[in-house]
This record gives sequence, structure tokens and C-alpha cells, in this order.
Amino acid sequence: MAHSSRAPSATSPRQHQRERLLWLYRAMLRMRMAEEKVAELYPQQEMRCPVHLHVGQEAVSAGVCANLTPEDRIFGSHRSHGPYLAFGGNLGAFFAELYGKAAGCCRGRGGSMHLLDRPAGYWGSSAIVGGTIPIAVGTALEAVYHRKNSVSVVFFGDGAADEGILYESLSYAGLKKLPVLFVCENNQYATNSHQRARQALDNISERGPVFGVPGVRVDGNSVLAVYEVARESVRRARMSGGPTLLECDTYRWKGHVGPVGDIPMGYRTQQELDGWVARCPLRQFEQMVFAEGVLKQSDLDGVKQGLAREIDEAVAFAKASPFPDPAEMTA
Amino acid sequence: MSAPRTLSYGEALREAQAQSMRRDGDVIVMGQGVDDSGGIFGSTLNLHKEFGEHRAFDMPLAEESITGIANGAALAGLKPVVVHARIDFLLLAMNQIVTHAAKWRFMFGDANRMGVVYRGVIGRGWGQGAQHAQSLQALFMHVPGLAVAMPSCPYDAKGLLTQAIAYGDPVVFIEHRQLYGMKGEVPEDYYLVPFGKARIARAGTDVTVVAISQMVEVALAAAEALAKEGISVEVVDPRTLAPLDEETIFASVAKTGRLVVVDNGWTVCGASAEIAARVGAHLFESLKAPVERVGFPSLPVPSSHVLEAAYYPNWETVAAAIQKAMRRQVRSRAAGVQDDKGLRESW
Ligand SMILES: Cc1ncc(C[n+]2csc(CCOP(=O)(O)OP(=O)(O)O)c2C)c(N)n1
Ligand SMILES: [Mg+2]
Repeated sequence: MAHSSRAPSATSPRQHQRERLLWLYRAMLRMRMAEEKVAELYPQQEMRCPVHLHVGQEAVSAGVCANLTPEDRIFGSHRSHGPYLAFGGNLGAFFAELYGKAAGCCRGRGGSMHLLDRPAGYWGSSAIVGGTIPIAVGTALEAVYHRKNSVSVVFFGDGAADEGILYESLSYAGLKKLPVLFVCENNQYATNSHQRARQALDNISERGPVFGVPGVRVDGNSVLAVYEVARESVRRARMSGGPTLLECDTYRWKGHVGPVGDIPMGYRTQQELDGWVARCPLRQFEQMVFAEGVLKQSDLDGVKQGLAREIDEAVAFAKASPFPDPAEMTA
Repeated sequence: MSAPRTLSYGEALREAQAQSMRRDGDVIVMGQGVDDSGGIFGSTLNLHKEFGEHRAFDMPLAEESITGIANGAALAGLKPVVVHARIDFLLLAMNQIVTHAAKWRFMFGDANRMGVVYRGVIGRGWGQGAQHAQSLQALFMHVPGLAVAMPSCPYDAKGLLTQAIAYGDPVVFIEHRQLYGMKGEVPEDYYLVPFGKARIARAGTDVTVVAISQMVEVALAAAEALAKEGISVEVVDPRTLAPLDEETIFASVAKTGRLVVVDNGWTVCGASAEIAARVGAHLFESLKAPVERVGFPSLPVPSSHVLEAAYYPNWETVAAAIQKAMRRQVRSRAAGVQDDKGLRESW
């Protein structure tokens, strides 16, 4: 019988190797800094595509992706910079795609909502809510067919839990025990609509077991807690133990789309946002590793400086690179 | 070389899949009822016994996920054939076909392809009615990124399906239930019928009839009847609507100067409209008469056989449209179109 459960708080960072902790921090900071750079440059109106920023939600992608290898298959949604950046998706190709350039990861045809970096395990994303869920399940079917060790991971929001396709996909993955990790980033809102306005119960993780898929609900702002439950789920999936539905409670700081906040729209309060900003996944991580004495400020500063350089180079590359030749579309 | 051999359309479809599966271990066949004793009107019969349950298998009643799972499997390198015993059920999967598979290759910069075949059967027959006998080829023909194949005979059923499986990009493969029993010569060897290459089903000189799917049979019957009246009809079967073999159609119309398009589907915004428009734009000077179209009226399919008989084009309505095209002469373009009142209307 599949059960649903609430994940325990993470174990102490002392249980984790220094390299692992640095990886997680770097992954989160890469997302944060790259997206803050997007937000900074967006008003120049040179990135001419909608952007859905992950700021505030970084622990989910980082904690899950830390358990993956490039042979795994990661799928995202409209809000999908996170897993792309967390798992090492090429930064130059990322910015070039947002600028609509030929060097973009989709040659300027995708935009922010369609990213791809197959060598880095990132297999694509869909701007149709729920669209990649069955596709991820299909890649898992292929993995079983060819006896590969790959796990398929699909990130989606609480809004996608409104869609029937999630349940069809859970049902089939549960039936065939396919190696899939369904990762719901529950940031409470779909656009400006609260989960309470759309779903009778706040129980997404509990909807797995009815399809034979264990469900786990975890603090999505604790990167170590996410890392630990995802590690268990990925391990089970690799051992033919079947899929898991992971519900990660988190919160989006910016507006649904675009580079700025949206408190003036009136659908949520400053107080609610402040409460979640106080629980910033990066800040919490820093405080914890310092308190436990496992990493020093200088370790983290080194990571930050390296990323700042990497991002500046990526932006310069993207800005300088040429636009695609329209004739190429039909070639 | 293999000796001449006869198979039914349904058997030819089965052979296409079996041979493709034998040649390529990545080909799988999936869908509701694929492994049951009916085997989708025989077209998947016992494939699971021959190739194993992992290669030909049943799926839940969940069309969007079936299709999305096939898309994902294709993305990862399998070559899935998804079977829908009625094409009507495909509509529940439009999101995955139209907004995912058809887009994937282009949207991700040509880096990945989704080679997947969606088989859908037009269920005409025995009063199936409005929700089990739709002809939806125009919907798919409309969408860039999808190939649309519509075999009209056993030879093409096999060769177009082997080609669809080998194609590498998404293919909507539309079969006609009433053709399943049609017998014809089908080579035993594996062969491909290339997409975008029309077939001249009957050669003629006075008028071109482009006929689609089951309407090829109907057009051939009309052509046979009109031959007795001295009208020489050329029947062209495009075989695939996307890509469309303009070259063959244009060459035929350039020769005859007259065109009747007979679609197994609604006329409004239908495949016939597209073909007529392209011919009109390219061959305005060669046309001796306005293009005629024959198809289904703007109504859902009825159930009663009496209503059905009135609904579907038959050889007589097609013959009437051909005769109309023969009578109408564009004598002087400046004088405008000749009055055609009193001529028999076609759908
Ligand atoms: C099928 C579909 N319906 C509606 C939309 C419009 N839409 C885009 S994002 C979004 C909200 C999605 O919310 P959620 O899944 O919680 O993800 P989040 O934006 O919170 O990350 C909506 C309604 C869409 N893109 N696709
Ligand atoms: Mg949400």
C-alpha cells in the first residue's frame, strides 16, 4: 500500500559532505542570481518574452536535482528556469534564448517557457499547464523498456493539480511502477488564484496513494529536507520501486509573470509575503551551515563571486550574439 | 521477389506493424483494446503474442495521457503507434497532439523529434452516428508539424503505415472502417509508400477528381459510370494531405482543365477547400470551369441508414458534380461566371 506522509525536518548538515552542501548552495544561488539578473535587465525590453521567475522557490529544484545524473530526464513547466539552472543548464544559451538569439538553447524559437539542455538532463518544458506530466511518464516507460537506470522528474505547480492529466498520469505510472518523480511546487497560487479557491482540500500529496503512488509533503524552503526525501524517492525509482508524488510547500516572491512584485494587485498580502521572505531558502541554509560550523562565509563568498562572473559573461555573450536568420525556420 | 498476394486493408495494417516491429525493436503498439481478441478490427490481432506484452499492450481509458506517454516514449527513442479505435477519441488528446507533438521539434530548435504515429479509425457504418464516425482530417491538416496520411486501399494501408512508423515526426494516420474488408494486392516484402506522393487511381483526360480516403472508391465508381457517357475522368488519390503532392494534382488539372475535389469530410474549411484554393491560385489560367467540391453537409453524422444515405456522397452525387464541372465553361472571364441554376446541387 502506498501512503502519504509529511517529511521530517532535515537532518543536520553535518550528515552531509561538504561538496554536497556546496553543490546545493551553488545551485540555489545560480537560480537566484541568474533570475535577479533577468529581473534587472528585463525593463530594457530586450528580452521580449514572458518570464515566470522562481525567486523564493529555489530549494525545490536544487534539492531534487542534487540526486540526479545527466542520464535522468528533467521536465519543467512555464516556470522552469529553476530546474534548468539548478542542474547546470548552459547559462549563455539560457540568456541568449531569453534575448531571442540564434545561440539560445532553442535557437530563439522557444523563449523563457521552453528551455532545453539535453546533455544536462533537461529535456524540455511546456507552457501548457500539466503538459509535460504524461511526457515525462512516457520517457520513464522508455527507460523501463530499454532497462535504463534513468529516472524521469517532472516539476509542476499546484495549479497543475487542478488538471485531470495529473491524475491520468499518476494512475498509469502507479500501475506500471514507472521510475517517475512527480514534483509539485505548491506555492499556493495559480496566477492570482489561491489553491483554496480551486481545490476542496489542501492535500495534493495525499492524492498519490489512491493511484498506488506514495505521496510526501515536505518543507519546500528547506533544501536539505527536499534533498533527503527526493534522495529516497529517486533511490526507490531506480530500484524499480515505482513513482513518488512530492509536494513541496514554497512561495513565489515576484508576480506570476514579469520581473516585479505584485502585492498592489491585492490578491495576497505584504504580510504573507514577508513571512515567506523571512524563510528565504538561501538565508536559512546559510544560517544553518554557519551555526553548525560546516561551511564558512568565505566558502559561500567564493561561490558567489564565481557565479557573478559566470552570469556577466553569459549576459555579454547573449547580448553580443546574432539574431536567428528567419530563413532558417523553413530550412 | 514475392508472388502476388491479396490481403484485406485491416490485414495490411497489421502486417505493416508486425514487419516494422520485426525490423526495429523500438516499435511498440499501444492503445485501448490493442491486445484483446478483436485486435482493433484485426489490425493489431495477436501482436502481443508475437512480440510480447511489452511491445503491444492495452492502455487505460485516458486518451490525453496515453498520447502524452507515447510522445514521451518517442522523445526518448521508442517508435510508438498509438491506436484509437475511433478517431473521435483523439479529440481528448488534442493538447498532446497539436500543442505538444506538433510543436516539439520546432519549438526546441530542431534538437529533438517525436516520431509517433496516432492511428484513428473513422467509424462509419451500422448507424454509428454523430460521435463515432467523424472525419477530422482537416483539423490535423491545418496544424503545421503534423503529417496526415489517409490510405484508401490495402497496398497503401501497409506502405503508408510502414512509412508513418519510420517517419520520425508525428503522423496522424486516418483509417476508414468501411475499407477494412477491402481486398487488394499487397506485396509480402516490407515496403514504404512515400509521403507527399499522390497516386493516379485512374487515368483520364477530361476532368480531374481528387478523392480522399473512402471517396476514392466512390470516385472510381462515378468515373466508370461516366466513361460510358464518354467523359474521361482522372482520379487522383493524394494519399497524404500533409505533405500534399501539389505537383501531381497540378499536372493533372493542367491537363484536364477541370477539378472536382471529393473529400470524406465536411466541406466547410475542409481539405477540399484547401486543395481548391491552391489549384485556383496556381492554375487560374488553365481552368476551364470553377472547381467543384463534394463532401459532407454541415451537420453531424446521423444514425438512421436512411439519413446516412442522404448524408454521404455516393457515386451518383459525385458523378453529378463531375457533370456540372463538364458543363460549366468559363467562356469569357470578363462576362463573369455562368449561371448554374437548374443544375443538380451536390453537397
Ligand atoms: C492548460 C493551461 N491553462 C491555463 C494556462 C494559463 N496559466 C499559465 S500559468 C498558470 C498558473 C499555473 O499555476 P501553477 O501550476 O500553480 O504554477 P505557478 O505559476 O504557481 O508556478 C495559468 C493558469 C496555461 N498556461 N495552460
Ligand atoms: Mg502555483
